[in-house]
Amino acid sequence: MTNYITVIGLEVHAELKTKTKAFCSCSTEFGSLPNTHVCPVCLGMPGALPVLNKQVVEFAIRTGLALGCDIQKFNKFDRKNYFYPDLAKNYQISQFDQPICLGGHIDIEIDGVPKRLGITRIHMEEDAGKLNHSGATISTSDFSSVDYNRAGVPLLEIVSEPDMRSAEEARAYMEQLKAILEYIDVCDCKMQEGSLRCDANISIMPEGAKEFGTRAEIKNLNSFRALVRAIEYEVERQKAILEDGGHVVQETRTWDEANGVTLSMRSKEEAHDYRYFPEPDLVPVEIDDAWIERVRGELPELPAQRLERLVEKHGLPKYDASLIVATKAMADYFDAACANSKDDKAVSNWLLGDVSAYLNAENITIEQFPVKPENLGELVTLIKDGVLSSKLAKKVFAEMLKADKTPKQLVKELGLEQVSDEGAIAAIVDEVLAENPQSVADYKAGKDKAIGFLVGQVMKKSRGKANPGMVNKLLKEKMQ
Amino acid sequence: MKVTVKDVEHIAGLSRLTIPESEMEKFTEQFNQILNYADILEKIDTEGIEPTPYVLPISNAFREDVPQPGVTHEEALENAPAVYNDGFKVPRVIE
Ligand SMILES: [Zn+2]
Repeated sequence: MTNYITVIGLEVHAELKTKTKAFCSCSTEFGSLPNTHVCPVCLGMPGALPVLNKQVVEFAIRTGLALGCDIQKFNKFDRKNYFYPDLAKNYQISQFDQPICLGGHIDIEIDGVPKRLGITRIHMEEDAGKLNHSGATISTSDFSSVDYNRAGVPLLEIVSEPDMRSAEEARAYMEQLKAILEYIDVCDCKMQEGSLRCDANISIMPEGAKEFGTRAEIKNLNSFRALVRAIEYEVERQKAILEDGGHVVQETRTWDEANGVTLSMRSKEEAHDYRYFPEPDLVPVEIDDAWIERVRGELPELPAQRLERLVEKHGLPKYDASLIVATKAMADYFDAACANSKDDKAVSNWLLGDVSAYLNAENITIEQFPVKPENLGELVTLIKDGVLSSKLAKKVFAEMLKADKTPKQLVKELGLEQVSDEGAIAAIVDEVLAENPQSVADYKAGKDKAIGFLVGQVMKKSRGKANPGMVNKLLKEKMQ
Repeated sequence: MKVTVKDVEHIAGLSRLTIPESEMEKFTEQFNQILNYADILEKIDTEGIEPTPYVLPISNAFREDVPQPGVTHEEALENAPAVYNDGFKVPRVIE
């Protein structure tokens, strides 16, 4: 059987986090009653004229710089003409032959092997409205209802080079891109809500071939999982066609999440005859060096820089640090917790251990986590200072999840303060030694294991509050 | 002939225009006249001249990112031929 090489390029649409739409002053708020954030411009009323939101250009420059692109000085918009009810104007304002950003890259790492993936271009455009179908799917619906609240919301379309060779690389690219967009605060990146959307161009070619195979464009990939599954499915589908001696058809396909398959959208060729031409209702955008350099100077810390800081300054292992920086909110939580803790590595362990377990169990994000970062920092410090054993710390943590109280408050309320008073512990140690002569004899006879039992007895009598290090030390001293 | 009747039919379809059969020949001829005129322009030497998508000496007309009220929900739907679930009711469209 022939070995095939998979070739993947991604087109990502990121909704910009502006307060207003790209070409009118309507709010971009998500989840409102349909057709409440609309005006003559985004409803396509005759005579209404668009005016560009400056913040859109600002965000586009910021994104381009964060992704290593060249910012183009001269910018114009173009009309992409098509008839579909999601756009009232019958055209979408986009950028065709002169996108705002050219070139660029995203660095990924899989199993310790780094790879640089190219970005071809980034352009500004407007989002379309949303069609709600009367039936379960478009084909079983007699009619649809159009909501224009989303029409005109600014988008960046970020187009990659066909540089990815596996579903895993595509996923890593998306994860990195999402992290960068979050860090530079230009997009909410909620794939389920559609503020970050992904289309994948997938083709395969026999090993050693000089030209790429015919590609299929897969739409409706609204999660990382869907992206990976769709690529895996599509590669197998195309392999089966080629093995059968057939030809892959260049077409748009949609991912059917429920059935785990891609389906042809059977679009007519005409649908892609967009007849672009310069948008006559807008004037050009000229970006000078001063503007670019000002935005460059204001760029926040990017995921790669943050990773480096977590490793170098906070002493985290690279893998742990990569998990923390993957989500900006998690990385911010880490920083806030560390500001109130004496043990950064322990903060990281809590975040990747108990905290992540809780988030997964409750199916919530770190933004919704009930414990304030400074309180987690304080808990870690109480362990470090020997006030709490790690076992009791888990008990305090469980209480912190239930009520917004500081660990110090809870330690007091629950009477959990670790006893580090040597006199008090010595008294319990004496008691335990007197009650367990056999274990004492065993220890003296060289059975080191016997001390474990004695430590356990002391901890039990102190209701877990004795400082274990001190218990160990006193037991050994007294049995010498 | 640069453009045939078939091309005119195609372009009319893209623009959702119905051109009566009787006028097809006339439109085709006019399309060709326009393109022939473009041919004359093509002969002009434009070496070193930047494309001019806009003739106005204006750039960077921006709006600040501050929300303003648009029209109300009721006003927005006033022109809708039919309303369904607070939206513009449209026939089923498969792209
Ligand atoms: Zn509007």
